[in-house]
Amino acid sequence: MNKVVANADEAIKGIESGMTLMLGGFGLCGIPENCIAALVRKGVNNLTCISNNAGVDDFGIGLMLQQKQVKKMISSYVGENAEFERQLLSGELEVELIPQGTLATRCMASGYGMPAVYLLAGVGTEVAEGKEVRNFNGKDYLLEYAFDSDFAIVKAWKGDAQGNLVFKDTARNFNPMMAMAGKITIAEVEELVPVGELHPNEIHTPGIYVHRIFQGTDYEKRIEQRTTRKKN
Amino acid sequence: MALNKEQIAQRIAKELQDGFYVNLGIGIPTLVANYIPEGVNVVLQSENGLLGMGPFPFEGDEDADLINAGKQTITTLPGSAFFDSAMSFGMIRAGKVDLTVLGAMEVSDNGDIANWKIPGKMVKGMGGAMDLVAAAKNIIVAMQHTNPKGESKLLPKCSLPLTGVKCVKKVVTDLGVFDITPDGFRCLEYAPGVTIDEIKVKTAGRLVIADDVKEMTF
Repeated sequence: MNKVVANADEAIKGIESGMTLMLGGFGLCGIPENCIAALVRKGVNNLTCISNNAGVDDFGIGLMLQQKQVKKMISSYVGENAEFERQLLSGELEVELIPQGTLATRCMASGYGMPAVYLLAGVGTEVAEGKEVRNFNGKDYLLEYAFDSDFAIVKAWKGDAQGNLVFKDTARNFNPMMAMAGKITIAEVEELVPVGELHPNEIHTPGIYVHRIFQGTDYEKRIEQRTTRKKN
Repeated sequence: MALNKEQIAQRIAKELQDGFYVNLGIGIPTLVANYIPEGVNVVLQSENGLLGMGPFPFEGDEDADLINAGKQTITTLPGSAFFDSAMSFGMIRAGKVDLTVLGAMEVSDNGDIANWKIPGKMVKGMGGAMDLVAAAKNIIVAMQHTNPKGESKLLPKCSLPLTGVKCVKKVVTDLGVFDITPDGFRCLEYAPGVTIDEIKVKTAGRLVIADDVKEMTF
């Protein structure tokens, strides 16, 4: 068993045009920067991307949008990206907007081997259109299906050759449940540590879910909204 | 004088109770954190995966890995906890969050809310708003009473795509405080210098004035 690959280009081997990818991150926080750059280099297109956001114009998934590599985005919020809006309004890009908790839980269901779940969000709104409604204890719920994705690409803080992952702060977000949901899961980490260095108590994602892992380089970790207070 | 955004936030802060877990949305709701009354301890939930959100970091201490749901750099507090997005919405869905404060484009007199889409104009998405309004025990909307054209945002029926149905409990605007009741918007308080007549003119939905209506205090 060798899960360690040299770099992002090797990690994304097998990703073809037309596939469905999950990409971890919330805004630009905890996104797989190295793999996104590799996907842009590789030039695959016609992709369906499941990701909470679509990056900004010149970073994150925005870089793939610039190259018109994305056919469809499945996201909860896409508000910070003018190129995205342009492609959407011109009909070049398809988008499916999903409540954020529903998005997370449909990833989770996939990783837990559950075909579908009943969820409350969106009852009585256009999100409910065409969905099966079932009443439990007097309340209506929508039937929401687990996602099916060819590859999941996540970013972690630390990882080891077994594929065990530890995330940092709010960069955890969608990464753990997407890691669980990919048919093939790729993890890029800031620090690839020797097996045994991560204490079993601290591991967020057990290595069984991760197929390929590598230590990324040159993380920009761009901040979208830099807010501070002054020292007195 | 109608309230400014800070005053709307200040008035909503009076609704906070000791021990509450609170989710504050983007915009005016975020400002509520600046007016938490003395002696009231609340825990702020940020749906991207944090309980115990602290203030903005000092200059130079910003960390790209530590942000709130508005993508702003923030800090933790003693007792904070991180978790993933599925657990975050799990605790929201399970009703563990006591109060949600969020903005809106429209609210109807039966408690429907619209705040995520303007067909043909704005396609940003609902983010976590639909999950929050579907599940939170108590939902307060913070917004201007009228839109930039001067049209009422308190309506008999929302014209924009809905975020949630019959879920809003209270609305605080620049003109007053309103409970959602079976009779429609019930005006409990008016902003200093604002008249009941002005509120009547600017409220399109059903409106009743509480017998004990009073001027707002902070």
